[in-house]
Amino acid sequence: MHRRLASMRKSLLDQGFLDEQFIQLEELQDDSNPNFVEEIAASYYRDSARQMLNIDQALDKYPLDFAKLDNLMHQFRGSSSSIGAKKVKNESTQFQEHCRTGNAEGCRRTYRQLKKEYATLKKKLEAYFQLARQAGPLETASRPK
Amino acid sequence: MQSSSVAAKSAGDGVSDEIPEGLRVMIVDDDPTCLMILQKMLRSCGYQVTQCHRADIALSLLREKKSGFDIVISDVHMPDMDGFKLLEHIGLEMDLPVIMMSADDNNKVVMKGVTHGACDYLIKPIRIESLKTLWQHVLRKKKHENKDFQQSRSVEDGDRKQKAPEEADYSFSANEGSWMIKKRKDDEDESEDKDDTTSLKRARVVWSVELHQQFVAAVNQLGLDKAVPKKILENMNVPGLTRENVASHLQKYRIYLKRVSGQQQNGLSDSFLGTQEAPFGSMSSFNGQELQSLAASGQIPEQSLAALQDVSQSTISPLVDQGNIFSFESPTLHFVEGQQQLSSNSEQMNFLPGIPTNMEPKQLSDMHQTANLFAGMMQGNQSSSSMVPMTQQASAQIQNETNGNLASMFSSSIATPISSNGIANGVLGYNGVINNVQGPAYDQVSQPSAMDFSVNHSTDLLGNGFSVGDNSDIPPTLSTGVFQGDASMEVEGSGGDARTTYDIINDLLEQKSQDWSSLNPELTFGASPLVNMQGDLGTFPSFLGQQDFLGNLSTGNSSSSSLGQGVFLSGEENMPIVGQQPTVLNTESSFQVEAKSFPETSYQNALLPGNGGQEDLMSALLKQQDGTGRGEDEFGFDGYSMDHLPI
Repeated sequence: MHRRLASMRKSLLDQGFLDEQFIQLEELQDDSNPNFVEEIAASYYRDSARQMLNIDQALDKYPLDFAKLDNLMHQFRGSSSSIGAKKVKNESTQFQEHCRTGNAEGCRRTYRQLKKEYATLKKKLEAYFQLARQAGPLETASRPK
Repeated sequence: MQSSSVAAKSAGDGVSDEIPEGLRVMIVDDDPTCLMILQKMLRSCGYQVTQCHRADIALSLLREKKSGFDIVISDVHMPDMDGFKLLEHIGLEMDLPVIMMSADDNNKVVMKGVTHGACDYLIKPIRIESLKTLWQHVLRKKKHENKDFQQSRSVEDGDRKQKAPEEADYSFSANEGSWMIKKRKDDEDESEDKDDTTSLKRARVVWSVELHQQFVAAVNQLGLDKAVPKKILENMNVPGLTRENVASHLQKYRIYLKRVSGQQQNGLSDSFLGTQEAPFGSMSSFNGQELQSLAASGQIPEQSLAALQDVSQSTISPLVDQGNIFSFESPTLHFVEGQQQLSSNSEQMNFLPGIPTNMEPKQLSDMHQTANLFAGMMQGNQSSSSMVPMTQQASAQIQNETNGNLASMFSSSIATPISSNGIANGVLGYNGVINNVQGPAYDQVSQPSAMDFSVNHSTDLLGNGFSVGDNSDIPPTLSTGVFQGDASMEVEGSGGDARTTYDIINDLLEQKSQDWSSLNPELTFGASPLVNMQGDLGTFPSFLGQQDFLGNLSTGNSSSSSLGQGVFLSGEENMPIVGQQPTVLNTESSFQVEAKSFPETSYQNALLPGNGGQEDLMSALLKQQDGTGRGEDEFGFDGYSMDHLPI
């Protein structure tokens, strides 16, 4: 379990779904907060869902308010980077670029891609945390104090 | 962890040598995920954390328990209140160190943070390492206050004595002059003040909104021109307030006003830099915010004057400050009195004083440059006596940061913005400006590189009269570099890198010096020198280092040009350093920078004063302030000195 978890984590990192920030979060996890990372991820998904709704709405307007979109995405990017969601973050950066150049099509395209990455990561993280919970006690036991 | 530390709650007392575990941190961010993460990180560092997801809640909490927190970390983009606004409020009211954070690593924003007086700027995602050094900010601030008082006093005293005669030459506002002279006369008061200051430091006056209003009312009643600290103090009739407090606050206020009025006019037009408008303009945008910086700058001018006198040593800083001042001026001053007089006065003051801002330099030397920018700025503020809370933050930083004169210079500049936040502006202004101005040039500049620069070269520059601070001080540059590099002002980036700034400057100088001579006395530093600078930085050092230059400047065109150029270089370089740093650092070719940068001017000022040509410079500067700014386009400052010098 433990090994499986480690290898899953590694693959997420290697594939660029997650970055160093995620590791930092894991390092913060301790006995007083054994599911810290999972809680963070849950909080992130809650918030980001709301943020994405706002972005969806903003994208439905004509003409597009790029400044607003940029702002919304900025918040989203901040959250995403906080948990180490690398690909999602990159897409949001790209989105912001399009906002700056006023590229509506680029925005939409990027946003579609972003949603995909977002959904993919969510699934992967769910699987990861499930495994982590199972491996939890083992990990704790084996973790040097 | 927390309980074990003795410093724990007292960390804020600046008892300084202990790591304040148990440091009470307030974090403000509308992003709950981020708040959670930060809280966890801070707790694991041993700090006590209070989180707020709204700025207004945070502010009221802070107000309720004025001494209940040691440091504040706030996000920049928040829905209910702009992070910078919060920063200003905190600086004004509680004078706590504030760290800004954002996912936005845009230079402008970072500079804005600096100019508003942020102690540091962290880029999200936040790493726990960045938070481990949090306590340093608190300590620094406290230390700074103490040092500031002491050092600035001594510096001021010394400067003042020399300046007195000079002052007459300059046309800075009568108030300033008289104030300064008054200060001189009050030597004994000074010493008393010193003591008081020291103790005052502890009981630093926090210019709350009410107090400030009282101050403003008193000033208005007396008339800005006649508003001397003593009278203001009497008018305000606030127990426990000293003339020193009022004096430094007045300086900042003046700077602020200048900025405001400048803004009204068109941004920096007021500033003598005038020419630099472009750069300043951008700077203004940064600075717009901080009154304090202006105020600080106000302080700087005086100091600069003094510094000018002494100049040879620390000029660099003053110059920088001047630049800052300008930038500040245009920006919206908090004080917003928009008193033109002030601006004009301050401008002048800044101009010459350029150096004074450096006053901090001395202090700066103590500090490492890393956050040079901040430090620079702060220092500038600090000189004022850190009346402005913000300044303190800035000053602390700056002082820490700027070790070398350069650092001071930058610091001054930077500090100014921060002082009230303004210091940051100053510094940022430079950087910001530079960035703006140069645009491309800057992009190239990678801040981290900047840091490298200064470290090595500074010696030349500093030695000479630039008083840059010993090379390592290039804090401003570093900061810039820092910002860019990591978005966190953290010292470590620039840490110690104050040198880099210097180095860069040195490089620039070296290059420039060569170019300068060829450039032409015209000094249009602004444009040509800068452009040439691109690679000529080398000459720069020669300028700076040599006092002769200064003398030359006044005497011969070539000399002056070189100086000016040198200055420019510095300016340019400074620019990089100050704001430009990135550019400077990265490539000498980036000098092209755009002479516009203010920093150059500051250099000039700095450089010039160094030599006996100070007077010439000063007058030149003064003249320039009047609007000559030939070289304005680029250097604004430079234009002044240089143009006149060749004459």
